[in-house]
Amino acid sequence: MGGRTLLVGGLMFLVAAVAGPFLPGWIVSLATIAFANALVVLGLIVLWRAGLVSFGQALYYCIGAYAVALAARWVGLTDAIALVLLGGICAGVTAALLGALLARYREIFFAMLSLALSMILYGVLVKSESLGSTDGFSVATPSFFGYAPHQEALGLSLYWLTLAVGAVAAGLVSVYFRSIAGALAAPVRDNEIRVEFLGVSVNRVIHLKVMISGILGGLGGALAALSIGHVDPNMAYWTTSGSFVFITILAGAGSVSAAFVGSLLFEVVRSLAFDVIPQLWQMTLGAVLLLTILFLPDGLGSLVTRFKRREKVKTP
Amino acid sequence: MSPILSVRDLEKTFGSLVAARDISVEVPSQQTVGVIGANGAGKTTFINMITGHLRPTKGGIWFEDLEITGKPSREITRLGISRSFQVAQVFPSLTVLDNMCVAAAIARGPGNWLGRIATSVQSAEVKTAAEATIELFQIGAYRDSIASTLPQGVRKLLDIGMAVVGSPRLLLLDEPTSGISIGEKFGLMNVVMSALKTRKITVLFVEHDMDIVGRFADRVLAFYDGTVIADGTPDETLGDPRVQELITGTRLKLNTAGNGGHA
Repeated sequence: MGGRTLLVGGLMFLVAAVAGPFLPGWIVSLATIAFANALVVLGLIVLWRAGLVSFGQALYYCIGAYAVALAARWVGLTDAIALVLLGGICAGVTAALLGALLARYREIFFAMLSLALSMILYGVLVKSESLGSTDGFSVATPSFFGYAPHQEALGLSLYWLTLAVGAVAAGLVSVYFRSIAGALAAPVRDNEIRVEFLGVSVNRVIHLKVMISGILGGLGGALAALSIGHVDPNMAYWTTSGSFVFITILAGAGSVSAAFVGSLLFEVVRSLAFDVIPQLWQMTLGAVLLLTILFLPDGLGSLVTRFKRREKVKTP
Repeated sequence: MSPILSVRDLEKTFGSLVAARDISVEVPSQQTVGVIGANGAGKTTFINMITGHLRPTKGGIWFEDLEITGKPSREITRLGISRSFQVAQVFPSLTVLDNMCVAAAIARGPGNWLGRIATSVQSAEVKTAAEATIELFQIGAYRDSIASTLPQGVRKLLDIGMAVVGSPRLLLLDEPTSGISIGEKFGLMNVVMSALKTRKITVLFVEHDMDIVGRFADRVLAFYDGTVIADGTPDETLGDPRVQELITGTRLKLNTAGNGGHA
């Protein structure tokens, strides 16, 4: 079953990549943002499975984005792949440091502490005049191994880069979920005492999860910064974290690919709601969230599992 | 043969409260030792010091020739000392097989985090070990049941099985029959003890039911007021006048063999 899931996931990415040139530009850029967000959501899923919710993932998202923008501005680094990796590394290092603290907390305390940490970064950025304060600043146009596309071609290149990073990340996270360290998520959520007495430090399990989610958040932020072409402190604001949690609820923590589908659906709903009923778009999103919690408590991903279960029952 | 566990002059105080004192015991390999005593007599303190959960105030603990006094509990577990709990500690949302697989994967998998990330939890070796232990504890019928739905006795067996699947050499059972009806106690202990004999595991078990202690232990330690007041075969210890007066109460009661009603 594991092999089949990977194959279906890989095909989904291929289809999305091939469809790119035939889609209108606005859809490509919407999908790029959606898939960049999906990386952050993937990080939230890693935590979610161990019973942890972070209301501060925007911290890593913002660090990834600012790392990209600053490297381009200060060092003149424009290679998109190097920039995205840099964003992931900076956020990962931050998560490794903060993780030592965060790993001691659970439940609402974990959620609130991560929120507080992200708001500290927001506060610092707002006060930093040299970084454009609340306005932020623009990100230099990236290049790809020396090739520097513009407009449509740039959008498409970033879309493909995002898909490639997304596919690799999704593959690695799937492998992680099947590893011993990854399989400890439910045990940690269920019974920490037992995990400790089996000889594993629960805090280390969680520290590792915080690091993985931090790296994913940074990659997402880096890709978003390149795609939007601008960074500002709002990327660290709690409402940004909130929308990632929203997408995680919509997608569900059951499957890796649901993060990408859920994220795309979220962007589509948000854009449509904004277009059709500009005054009530937040209400529309709220209604979607409510309906998800009421009728799909395990998110979009559970539709697939439900279908599979029905299939199993039919063919004994 | 050198003992698998040696405890010398062990003492534990919490402020002015003396929870354990002057405990010196040597346990040879593959012996089954029952530990009796009233609540607060120091049995659990004794177990907690061996598993590294409590740090002794004085004295030393040796596992074979290695001193383990004050080592962290995770390290002690990895050395081969495992324990089960008075209240079964399992992972309620996982199936019996998955519970056992997680325990087997941790015990048999690599001890470092890079290895734990790189190694699949569903390896054939892990699954084989998990299935074998499930069969050994005779809970195969519940293999795919979610642990939260298990009857109490099965949950207890799963808890002990999870401690055994990692092939410990010394197992500490804290009240294996607590919460089990009198009718089921002997059946459960039969399964547990024959499983541990098969795996050649040395056992220390805390128990309140003297019939069970008499039946399954090779040797009985009686705790009173933080120290061991009697140490010998079940007949010797249970026949000791001080034990009868202070612990089992057989001198006061006429027809009961013990105070097995403790929950």
